[in-house]
Amino acid sequence: MARWIDIGRLEDIPRLGARTVVTAADEIAVFRTGDDQVFALKNRCPHKGGPLSEGIVHGHKVTCPLHNWVIELESGAAVAPDVGCAPRIPVKIEDGLVWLAIEDREPVLST
Amino acid sequence: MNMISRDKPRLVVVGNGMAGMRTVEELLKRAPGRHAITVFGAEPHVNYNRILLSSVLAGEKAMDDIVINPRAWYDDNAITLHAGDPVVAIDPAAKTVTSAGGRVEPYDQLLLATGSKPLVPPIPGLDLPGVCAFRDIHDVETMIEAAENHRRAVVIGGGLLGLEAAWGLARRGMSVAVVHLMATLMERQLDAAAGQLLQRDLDKRGLAFFTEGQTEEVYGEGHVAGVRLTDGREIPADLVVMAIGIRPEVSLAKKAGLGVNRGIVVGDDLRTTDDSIYAVGECAEHRGQVFGLVAPLWDMAKVCADSLAGLDGPPFVTPSVSTRLKITGIDVFSAGILAAADDGDDEITFADAATGVYKKLVVRDDRLVGTVLYGDVGDAAWYFQLMQDKADIGALRPQLIFGQAFAGSTIGAGPDIGAMPDDTQICGCNGVCKGAIIAAIKEKGLTSLDEVRAHTKASASCGSCTGLVQQVLAYALGGKVDVQAVPAICKCTDLGHDAVRDAIRAKSLKTQANVRAALGWRNEDGCAKCRPALNYYLLCAWPGEYVDDKYSRFINERAHANIQKDGTYSVVPRMWGGLTNPAELRAIADVAEKYAIPTVKVTGGQRIDLLGVKKEDLPKVWGDLNKAGLVSGHAYAKGLRTVKTCVGSEWCRFGTQDSTGLGIKLEKLLWGSWTPHKVKLAVSGCPRNCAEASIKDVGVVCTEAGYDILIGGNGGIEVRVTDLLVQVKTEEEVLEYAAAFLQLYREEARYLDRTAHWVARVGLDYCRARIVDDADNRRALYRRFLESQRFVQNDPWAERASQGVDALEFQPLATVV
Repeated sequence: MARWIDIGRLEDIPRLGARTVVTAADEIAVFRTGDDQVFALKNRCPHKGGPLSEGIVHGHKVTCPLHNWVIELESGAAVAPDVGCAPRIPVKIEDGLVWLAIEDREPVLST
Repeated sequence: MNMISRDKPRLVVVGNGMAGMRTVEELLKRAPGRHAITVFGAEPHVNYNRILLSSVLAGEKAMDDIVINPRAWYDDNAITLHAGDPVVAIDPAAKTVTSAGGRVEPYDQLLLATGSKPLVPPIPGLDLPGVCAFRDIHDVETMIEAAENHRRAVVIGGGLLGLEAAWGLARRGMSVAVVHLMATLMERQLDAAAGQLLQRDLDKRGLAFFTEGQTEEVYGEGHVAGVRLTDGREIPADLVVMAIGIRPEVSLAKKAGLGVNRGIVVGDDLRTTDDSIYAVGECAEHRGQVFGLVAPLWDMAKVCADSLAGLDGPPFVTPSVSTRLKITGIDVFSAGILAAADDGDDEITFADAATGVYKKLVVRDDRLVGTVLYGDVGDAAWYFQLMQDKADIGALRPQLIFGQAFAGSTIGAGPDIGAMPDDTQICGCNGVCKGAIIAAIKEKGLTSLDEVRAHTKASASCGSCTGLVQQVLAYALGGKVDVQAVPAICKCTDLGHDAVRDAIRAKSLKTQANVRAALGWRNEDGCAKCRPALNYYLLCAWPGEYVDDKYSRFINERAHANIQKDGTYSVVPRMWGGLTNPAELRAIADVAEKYAIPTVKVTGGQRIDLLGVKKEDLPKVWGDLNKAGLVSGHAYAKGLRTVKTCVGSEWCRFGTQDSTGLGIKLEKLLWGSWTPHKVKLAVSGCPRNCAEASIKDVGVVCTEAGYDILIGGNGGIEVRVTDLLVQVKTEEEVLEYAAAFLQLYREEARYLDRTAHWVARVGLDYCRARIVDDADNRRALYRRFLESQRFVQNDPWAERASQGVDALEFQPLATVV
């Protein structure tokens, strides 16, 4: 079951950058765009598993650092003609705090 | 018989060969069903590709493989075919033809495509069984049968056809001798040097040659037994193949009273002297010329079809022709004239006897008019295109003989994409061949270079094949593709790199946002392509003032380490001039063990690479290395990488100067600088050049007299050897010239240009003028370089390991376990 977990403040994520959140199962990339929106995707490019969190963020897209695939942050889908999708993680901002919906039965949070 | 409606014009074709049937095909494309078509052929077969008979003889193809149009094609197009029933007479007044079988066929239009017949010299004995020509399927059957039952063959004629026949028979196990009247083989297509190389190679393959050999008679009783030459030599043979040449088959036309010289005379619309009668192919003579190769035949077929279809097409123009020899593993190409005709012509030759490569180009008035290639025909299409386009090769001339890769594809000409096989590799980086690009263009309806790149990845990596990809695109789309003279930086703008740099200085634009707003960028944030470029341009233009934007840097420059395929990083500490010591090596060994670093490797730049470091360990690894005095080697940077050295006069018995010491001084001067692309240097202590300085961005070669400063080399995808910028006497001069050169590169090259690309574009003379000839400018460049270095010579590892810079970069935001 997914639970909303507070992972930090918006300011902790650089504008046009990303941070990672490590879970038991996965690594999640949390992006902050130029217009201060936040998106979260599984931190693996659908192409060859590159860490999307290390890519250059532009508009609502990120360019994978390994082979320059461009991924839509809102959907996780690769920009055509490349085909593939990075799974999305629900994310919200409340009172300057960033919350992720993480599938985890007994979450223990540490920063 | 097909039912033919009488109101259709009747087209009768005499000759069921390649030229005749290609003309019919072209006509059917233009005006399907317009004519009632009847074809007479002397051979009892459907239409086949005569050129490939040599491949059938060599056993590389079966007879079925060379059929061009099967029976069904004739039926489907309602063409009446009389195969094996040659026409023996034409009555132009009555407009009828008569066949050997007695058939009288009326025509409205008549097409003569009678081809040619083997040249038969007046030699006694040619009527003996076991003597044949090499012209049609029957000849090939005779030869194959002989090869099965006999051992020795003599081929008379060492031209294209004779050699293909000889090779085919040898492939079938016969012992083959070639008798050739001239001193060298294929003398019509090859000059003496190439002809001799060819003879040497065929000799190695077991063919025997009798050059300058004139056949006196073919002897034998009841069957051929051998060939006797005029000089008395005798060559025993069970099979004799006559291949001394062909002559146009004109007997029908002559009897019919048409104009005939060597061939049937035709005008630019391929009509003979009788308006209702056309002639195409080897039997035709256009403006005094007859044709024995296939390319002009295709052009004739088109022009003739236009005329038959009542279309107003372009006239036939005698094209340039080229020759290739179809002997597997022997590469020969020839086109145009073979040798300089007079003092006005020049020959450029390249010969390497050891590898068997020979090239000759004949140049007249800065135009390429002749090409002979032996052993390496990779550039044949390019040379041929230059000849056909009559391109001005003046600028290319010094490199022309080395081929397109070296001379560049910058002028209008390019390879013949149509002639290129589908499996020709276009993009070496991504392994994309021509066929795949064409398929993607067709299936997905691509129309631009960017789309082709996106779908196929061709030209998406190093970009050196971009011109070729554009040509494939143009070919696939059947026309020219608009190529912007100056490519835009990215899709955010139409402006090129130079225009943006000029605007940054002219308008004093000092932030990326300013640049994008002032120059009308389409995307507010820019993109992954333009942001790193703008970041660099601003950094270069406003040192100490512009604040570096790490989020406009590729991850390697942001994390100060090289990302690997699994998301780990590699760490390369600087080893000044390639020198190290026990303490440094110990620190590296300790770090490798402490952080369980899986791979430790020596790099090409004389340092040590630690591969497989986890990102969160990077600051700790750097901290430990810093303690031993090791700093970042910037192995990840578009900036100064390494200065490779040899041991020089300190140890080497040949060393002329202290190359190691000079290398260290250069590295201390230049480290930390950001440049349009990576920069590598080397210093060699003597002209033996053990540090490989001649393929570096800046190379220094020490001599007894001083130092040679070399620029613009590259050992990457496309190797470029440096140019000599200047010779100087002192180390101080080396430092000043090297820094001035790099500053010029920093200020004027486009982002991601290596020095090699940039020097090739602006020219060595330009670099010399700015750096060598203009001492004031050189010193000004040097000063600007030193000023810019003031702000960047801080070890980025120390800043992050112990000074708390970018701490968040190396930690997860949160860990949920």
